[in-house]
Amino acid sequence: MQSKILILRFPKTKAQKPTVCHLAKNFDLTFTILNAAILPRKEGIMVLELTGPRKNFRDGIEYLKNQGIHVQNAAQEVKRDKNKCTHCGACTAVCPTGALSIQRPEMRVLFDQTKCSVCELCVPACPTRAMVVRPANNGFFE
Amino acid sequence: MEKNRINKTYREINEKIRSGEVVVVTADEIIDIVKAEGPIEAARRVDVVTTGTFAPMCSSGAFINFGHSVPAIKASKIWMNNVSAYGGLAAVDCYLGATQPCEDDPLNKVYPGEFNYGGGHVIQDLVAGKKVLLKATGYGTACYPNRMIEKEITLRTLPNAMLCNPRNGYQNYNCAINLTKKTVYTYMGVLKPNAGNANYCCAGQLSPLLNDPYYQVIGLGTRIFLGGGEGYVIWHGTQHKPSVKRTKKGIPVVPSGTLCVMGDLKKMSPRWLMGASIQGYGCSLVVGLGIPIPILNEQIVQYAAISDEEIFTQIVDYGYDYGNGISKSYGQVSYAELKSGFITFRGEKVPTVPLSSLVRAREIADVLKKKITKGEFFLGEPQFTLPG
Repeated sequence: MQSKILILRFPKTKAQKPTVCHLAKNFDLTFTILNAAILPRKEGIMVLELTGPRKNFRDGIEYLKNQGIHVQNAAQEVKRDKNKCTHCGACTAVCPTGALSIQRPEMRVLFDQTKCSVCELCVPACPTRAMVVRPANNGFFE
Repeated sequence: MEKNRINKTYREINEKIRSGEVVVVTADEIIDIVKAEGPIEAARRVDVVTTGTFAPMCSSGAFINFGHSVPAIKASKIWMNNVSAYGGLAAVDCYLGATQPCEDDPLNKVYPGEFNYGGGHVIQDLVAGKKVLLKATGYGTACYPNRMIEKEITLRTLPNAMLCNPRNGYQNYNCAINLTKKTVYTYMGVLKPNAGNANYCCAGQLSPLLNDPYYQVIGLGTRIFLGGGEGYVIWHGTQHKPSVKRTKKGIPVVPSGTLCVMGDLKKMSPRWLMGASIQGYGCSLVVGLGIPIPILNEQIVQYAAISDEEIFTQIVDYGYDYGNGISKSYGQVSYAELKSGFITFRGEKVPTVPLSSLVRAREIADVLKKKITKGEFFLGEPQFTLPG
């Protein structure tokens, strides 16, 4: 099973047509619509939490793309820019999960992304702005 | 004073640098050498001990001459990338301060402000070779009729640019905690309520002035590593205060001596001069600073062999006390304790947070060591040392 929050963008020509219902009907996927809107130029945008077996999930995304819908993973991740990080340690004051920690006695700042909860507190706390938020790896959707 | 057994001069050490015989070690390495061999043997064998520190130093900035334009202008207001520089100097001279925020910065209107771009960032952009947009206005005179100029500048094309920092390299600094019930955002970083964390900003045993506690060798004319290039100590820094309480080994237990330093910005690097954004506080400049300590005698080497266990600082409340001028210590801690990751405060374990990069401080001490060993960096003999 797989569950992900997706951002779907519908072109003007598709926004008025039934599309996401086919995800349930033809691909045995379940979804929760978190947000949906028709924009002033008649394009549609929808934020969807989609759940289902991995293969169906993949096929469902494939279907959406074939319909001309732009699919984006809403997940974000925090990354460290190694060239900007000076290993000062200021970020460790705010990191609530211990993803950012100090290796002793070297006093290097370590970043364990698997512990990161993407709370983003480190982003403004880093004096040299080495911590950046960006969309999570989108390889699967592209 | 006792007579020293070992006596070397700057000239002799520089001669050794020239001939390649010089022995240079870092302030980390000298500790064990003095422990193992004793100060006399260490002073006989080692000629120079290198130090380093890399941390935000707010009292920093650059004097910049941006060249005359046609028609000429007497610039009274100057902006670089929309960061204001002080123009109350001759026609096209100005001083760009590290903490000056960008004109359209929202500051702390939405607290805590982010302070994404300021004077320190302009300095970093300049040393990185980036183009910077300069705008200047003047009121117009017979000799300087122009009232406004706008041009792109780069560090390479500027007639002169020198980093000139009135206060750097503080000899020791406070350990900051917050005893209030709200998180505070200070120049000492984010401080959680009820002493949730203890922040400190000092390179400890690697810090330049802690290795020469009584200013026996550092003074006007000491050649230093500054921002990746070469610079000089040109005076004692502002707030230099030598007459504070010290340990038996001479180490001040509160912030004490400071340095005023200067160097050619054109030879510096963005790796060692980095703009800083300190949440809720403002912009600053992270400065890389390293000083070689000439081992003229066994007394100097003993001071240079100071270790984190023997350097102490005070716990100060930045939630209320500091801002209200209350200088009260809530306890004394050593840098060895601070670097361990926890201190004990009122019977509880409080995590410690460094703000000064030891990784980079060590790198500076190593770079200096290599340069001196290779004969690329010579010692500058001070005209006089800092007031003690």
